[in-house]
Amino acid sequence: MSEHEQYAENLPLYALDALAGEDRSQLAKHLQDCAACRLELEQFRADTALLALSAAGPRPPQRSRQRLMDAVAREPRPQNVARTKPARSWWGWLGWAATVAVIIFSLSLWRENSVLKEKLLSATSLQAESARQLEELRTVAAPILEPQAQRVTLVAAKTPPQPQGKAYYLKNRSSLVFLANNMPPLPAQKAYELWLIPTAGKPIAAGVFKPDSRGNATVVNPPLPPGTEAKAFAITVEDEAGSPVPTSAVLMSGAGE
Amino acid sequence: MRTSIKEERDGLSSPQRQGIPADLAIVTGLKTGDPGAMANLYDRYSSIVYAVALRVLGDTGAAEDVLQEVFLQLWRNPGAFDAARGNLGSWLAVITRNRAIDSLRKRRPETDIEDVVLSVAPDMAGDAERARAAEKVRGALGAMAPAQRSALEMAYWEGMSHSEIADKTGEPLGTIKTRIRSGLIALRKSFQT
Repeated sequence: MSEHEQYAENLPLYALDALAGEDRSQLAKHLQDCAACRLELEQFRADTALLALSAAGPRPPQRSRQRLMDAVAREPRPQNVARTKPARSWWGWLGWAATVAVIIFSLSLWRENSVLKEKLLSATSLQAESARQLEELRTVAAPILEPQAQRVTLVAAKTPPQPQGKAYYLKNRSSLVFLANNMPPLPAQKAYELWLIPTAGKPIAAGVFKPDSRGNATVVNPPLPPGTEAKAFAITVEDEAGSPVPTSAVLMSGAGE
Repeated sequence: MRTSIKEERDGLSSPQRQGIPADLAIVTGLKTGDPGAMANLYDRYSSIVYAVALRVLGDTGAAEDVLQEVFLQLWRNPGAFDAARGNLGSWLAVITRNRAIDSLRKRRPETDIEDVVLSVAPDMAGDAERARAAEKVRGALGAMAPAQRSALEMAYWEGMSHSEIADKTGEPLGTIKTRIRSGLIALRKSFQT
């Protein structure tokens, strides 16, 4: 058994936090370098989520929701508030030194408080802007992403609907939304794979998908290298686990509009 | 390959697809500090989170504490969940189970929430789809040999290490490893057939 296989054998235990000691630390180190093991670990973690489904019981008590919302209201968001340095204890000093230190510390707190107030004002304004942008985004995205939305493909009269895909890509955010319709069903164990074709270099895997019974499919924000310029997008048929490189002929492709 | 694939899984496809935009909206809202997003998160997932914590801890107060902790962790660090790499309900279930086990065994958290990544799993947002999937899981567990089911449940719900399970059952370590691995794979297959 290879070293890799030995590690892979322990992945289910790692996913369950049932691996301890040296075995655990060695596997954690191996995971940093082994993409295949990381992928398998993700699968085993998903399996453990299935186990969670067998849990049944009463709903949480009514007070729980209010308790959470109260805690949320009390808690400033970490990124919106500058961290304050913990106060050091000066009380071990001699009396006069402690007094001077307390005065200096108070002054420093007063100044820090002023800075915090300014930052809070700025953060509040930023948050309002973000909320406005989010609302705008929701309005725009709802007809595209909501499954209840009617999706109608218009084609020339007497032409049967053809498979069609639309990719919306924002390079500066590495954000990709892909919508497909009229996709033919696939054999078992097979899936469509979306590829980002960069202006230079090899195709980059951008998500595997299987269409639903109506031929629709969605891929939202697959992991992509930051700042990649896309020349085109393409689709191939691969094994359902996905492939790091295209292994079959391109079925559909399209360049930027 | 890690993707945001929202694929069909035996009748779960419809609610899962409905869950995607709602989950995205929740996570986006959390990232902007919107308390309304937190309320939506609670309404969608508190029942599964509480059920998992209660099953592990067997104590309603302790389960509620874990629920609060899990949701507040996501509020403090919404970037820990990557919407492109699994669905929110499944991710919360895994995080909750881990935290509940940490609490049960009075140990420091062993896995950072940012390190918990899982491939697509069934949606857990709605009661109906949860009940249907739970029935399937219970069916798969019921079909396992008692020793295998027991090993899996000791590891999952009691947080026992494979060495502890081996000690308790008198079985070799390798046997315990195999039972756990094949048990998880059997569960997975029950959602693929």
